[in-house]
Amino acid sequence: MTDLTKLKISEARDALRKGDVTSVELTEACLAAIDKADALGAFVHKTPEAAMGQAKSADTRIKAGDAPDLCGIPLGIKDLFCTKGVPSQAASAILNGFKPEYESTVTSQLFDAGAVMLGKLNMDEFAMGSSNETSTYGNAINPWRRGNDDTALTPGGSSGGSASAVAADLCLAATGTDTGGSIRQPAAFTGITGIKPTYGRCSRWGIVAFASSLDQAGPMTKDVRDAAIMLEAMCGHDPKDSTSADLAVPNFEAMLTGDIKGKTIGIPREYRMDGMPDEIETLWSEGRRMLEDAGAVIKDISLPHTKYALPAYYVIAPAEASSNLARYDGVRYGHRAKLAQGDGITEMYEKTRAEGFGPEVQRRVMVGTYVLSAGFYDAYYNRARKVRTLIKKDFEDVFAQGVDAILTPATPSSAFELGKEVSDPVEMYLNDVFTVTVNLAGLPGISVPTGLDSQGLPLGLQLIGRPWEEGDLLNTAYALEQAAGFVAKPNQWW
Amino acid sequence: MSIDIETAARVAKLARIRVEDDALPSLAQEFSNILGFIEQLNEVDVEGVEPMVSVEPMRLKRRQDVVTDGGMQDKVLANAPDAREGFFAVPKVVE
Repeated sequence: MTDLTKLKISEARDALRKGDVTSVELTEACLAAIDKADALGAFVHKTPEAAMGQAKSADTRIKAGDAPDLCGIPLGIKDLFCTKGVPSQAASAILNGFKPEYESTVTSQLFDAGAVMLGKLNMDEFAMGSSNETSTYGNAINPWRRGNDDTALTPGGSSGGSASAVAADLCLAATGTDTGGSIRQPAAFTGITGIKPTYGRCSRWGIVAFASSLDQAGPMTKDVRDAAIMLEAMCGHDPKDSTSADLAVPNFEAMLTGDIKGKTIGIPREYRMDGMPDEIETLWSEGRRMLEDAGAVIKDISLPHTKYALPAYYVIAPAEASSNLARYDGVRYGHRAKLAQGDGITEMYEKTRAEGFGPEVQRRVMVGTYVLSAGFYDAYYNRARKVRTLIKKDFEDVFAQGVDAILTPATPSSAFELGKEVSDPVEMYLNDVFTVTVNLAGLPGISVPTGLDSQGLPLGLQLIGRPWEEGDLLNTAYALEQAAGFVAKPNQWW
Repeated sequence: MSIDIETAARVAKLARIRVEDDALPSLAQEFSNILGFIEQLNEVDVEGVEPMVSVEPMRLKRRQDVVTDGGMQDKVLANAPDAREGFFAVPKVVE
């Protein structure tokens, strides 16, 4: 069998079970691809020996007939997940040298299912960013280029390494996390599929916290079927995360019928932004037509508070980050600054955090500190939480009107150049304009690649579902995927 | 809203992040930009709206108040930059 790394999870699963391929062969092929792809900056900690050990165990399990779907499937893991004995530093210098003594719940579940970890994947520092440029490891690079132009493009962020690795066939799939769009935006920029489930579906235990009321893990895969398979393995109740939902996890793959006849798809008018490129507009109306052709009922809807989602997010997320990141104090793990004669504990904190946190993380921690400080808590933080209530109500209202899913663009543009000078942080924040509402409302959202722009770069559409109805959402995404027939791959230059 | 240099310095202090004096003016400017963007929230009528506490309504689970974990001092200290005699070590706190 050639091109093992290009296999999807579903194909590899079937081939493994038939005995056409072994997990050891799959894993070796991925490890070889990873070693040739350092130019992408996707894998930042490689774990080849552990991977081969897991692959051998998986092969034994498959032979014994005890093989869950993910048994023997080589995956990449975002650096935000704590993995026992393997560096896990959220792409931050402040966690230099940190090797957790424990395993995150999500990765435990994946490994219990027999999945193989190839290594840890690049990301924006503490998942704060939309271009993977805030990482202490340096940039992750998009395998896609504008035709023959060799300008390096961003794979998006914060799960940029995950997106780059999956798009470049370095692994069969990867984990991501999504606080404001960090799974869906990079998926769209690299022509892959990414789903953020309902808040509470995946345990957050052992995932380095950014904004706890918004963070969710999810899979980044080569198609919707793989997303269904991997999501099922990642979900489930965990007593160690008090916000994890005690709900049964359905067999998502079995729900992929492609039949969406009679489903109502909402098109929110507020997502038609001023200055939105024509190509995004066209992609969106094409998607609308595809779903209509598949038998869905299209309905124009209004989500009136959309405009306020980004400003609310940029209060709530930094506020939670300032609290979560208070733990990086140079005492228990990671970096501690060298102290001068006479320095006390306050100097230790201040120097450690100034050296360990990059500029974007420092900025967000300080903005969060400000909006939570005495005298401003009500004006900023409480007001933002009230606006969040209204944003969620917008969605509840349209779902109550019978809308099953909402179709929007995933991003306001295709992948942009790395290193573009951004003088105003607010400009960078606009990347999340279509995705951030979904986190504020706790809803499931999926990005599906549906086309290429005039420069040959992938573009994605986002579908937003009702809470806990990931199965139905995946099925709508599956219908969209079938209609769009996106099969393009980046030309290998690395 | 415009943030002055003094406020920027106070916030940096509260956040326990050392910011050199010459970096404060640009930091204050960035804060002003971000807060200016956030000011849009003042346009929203939030009269009578409850601030969101939990995005998906659910009752927190209860459990027996018993020890379920522990006895792993070595593991707890394994990643410490400075651990001595079973403790985290820090610069002198009390004179």
